[in-house]
Amino acid sequence: MADIALARASKMAPETARELRHARRLSVGARCALPVAVLLAIGFLAPMVAILAYSFATPRSFDVFRSFTLENFASLFDPTNTVWLSFAWSVGFALFTVAILAVIAYPIAYGLNAVFGRWAGFVSVLFVFPLFVSENVRLYGWVLFFIKNGVLDGTLKWLGFSGGPEVLYTPGVTLFGMAYTYLPFMLFPMTLGLALVPRDLVDAARDLGAGRLFIWREIELPLAMPGILIGMLLTFVLAVGATAEAKILGGQSIIVISHDIEIAFTYSQNWPLGSALAVVVSVFIAALTLVALSKLDLDRMLGRR
Amino acid sequence: MATTPAVARRRTNTLIWIWTVFVLVAVYLPIVCGALASFNKSRYFGFPIKIYATEWWQKTLDSIEIGMLVRNSIAIALLVTVISVVIATFGALAFARYDWKGRRLYQKLIVLPIFFPQPVLGLALLLGFNAVGIQTSWLTAVFAHLVWIVPVVTLVIAIQVYGFDPSLEEAAYDLGCTRTQVFREVTLPLLWPGIWSGMLFAFLLSWSNFPLSLYTAGADSTIPKWLYAKMVAGYTPMVPALGTMATLGAASLLLGGGLVMLLLRRRQPA
Repeated sequence: MADIALARASKMAPETARELRHARRLSVGARCALPVAVLLAIGFLAPMVAILAYSFATPRSFDVFRSFTLENFASLFDPTNTVWLSFAWSVGFALFTVAILAVIAYPIAYGLNAVFGRWAGFVSVLFVFPLFVSENVRLYGWVLFFIKNGVLDGTLKWLGFSGGPEVLYTPGVTLFGMAYTYLPFMLFPMTLGLALVPRDLVDAARDLGAGRLFIWREIELPLAMPGILIGMLLTFVLAVGATAEAKILGGQSIIVISHDIEIAFTYSQNWPLGSALAVVVSVFIAALTLVALSKLDLDRMLGRR
Repeated sequence: MATTPAVARRRTNTLIWIWTVFVLVAVYLPIVCGALASFNKSRYFGFPIKIYATEWWQKTLDSIEIGMLVRNSIAIALLVTVISVVIATFGALAFARYDWKGRRLYQKLIVLPIFFPQPVLGLALLLGFNAVGIQTSWLTAVFAHLVWIVPVVTLVIAIQVYGFDPSLEEAAYDLGCTRTQVFREVTLPLLWPGIWSGMLFAFLLSWSNFPLSLYTAGADSTIPKWLYAKMVAGYTPMVPALGTMATLGAASLLLGGGLVMLLLRRRQPA
């Protein structure tokens, strides 16, 4: 409504058209955001509210909005409940995944910025592509690789060794699967971060006699930190919520936290308990994400290429 | 120990190349393993493969059940692509182009669904559908995919929006264009490469999505959902065969899409 009035006004008084257009732009931005906002309100916020409501319902019931109890949360924080173990495994896996991927991805991110030259685009596409293959398919490929009489075992036997190590269905291979799945989520933010380091600054430092380690520690690392932190955050958060790796590669030998939530919803049909668990995990993730994002400037990260 | 900096740098670069190629080999190794298993004649996988055959590929292609899954997956991905690209184009303009009051907050909230664990998001949506009384089907799966894919596509298009010069729009306005004209003749053509890659992302991410489809597609199945069910119980070489087909489909789409993008970029060096 106000917009039509403004448009009419701009026709009447053309000398202030630019000014008015600026005033109008404020509302245009909000209007462009509206479809996304509506979608997320219905598709993200509303389900979160539903989960929150369910988490206060009577255990093992579907009495949402009709009962209020803290029993679900109480049973989660009950020391005899072993759910904290799942949580600890998830956080532990996630921390290790972040550490491993930081080491694996850094040289590649550096290469994409400074070494690969005209190949950089092609190499990035090669790293993006696996995202478009269902993670089930890729993880199952690893099962075929590691399984008894699989690709690794068979090749080693064929070469005359006594066969491959039995790594399948262990926590170690679950961690491996996570590092494998989340590599792109560490690599690309890190690459964006390293792109923020001005070449001239590194050259200047080198000309002034700085050593390579010194340049890395004092210039590259601090300037690339926003990107590296986003990569770490993204990987950590995704790994905390991961289930496919523990199910397919880990053979359910370890139950991670998201798997616990799924079990509560499906197998044990205890939606209120599952909801309470989901609420705890969501609050943990949302708090971590919002705190980290409040320290970063997304405009600068995405705008500079 | 008398190496000059140039020699040392060349050595570092070689090491970086070797490391990258090594990681890439690891990235594609499981996909190759799947392809190998699909060409195995016998029902159970063993390596080295004794007899290679394409019969499982033939069986997969002939299966009516799998034909239905593929149609479901394509229908979902197409709908998701069309809807998400429209919503996300405006979302990206709000994200990167306009200065408005709620922008900072909007930029932060929009990434939350991306960070959120997908199995939990799927369950939350299932709970929501259940509370409202909506029967889950492939259409509810489309909606679930949108919740996750629209933010991703918004970010992809936003990157293009950042590189776009607002004064071009201003000039069109000053020359007397209406808002619709400016959008159609100036904004949209300039954003095309970003919108195109956003469409590719939307289709391919929906095509390969498993956790959201698992809980929100109801009785309808998709390719990843069927594959998972068979991986857990009832392996046949049709599992790696269909997986490899889905991968090849995604690869050819990406290749075709990449070529179109190259043409788009060449036509307008903006």
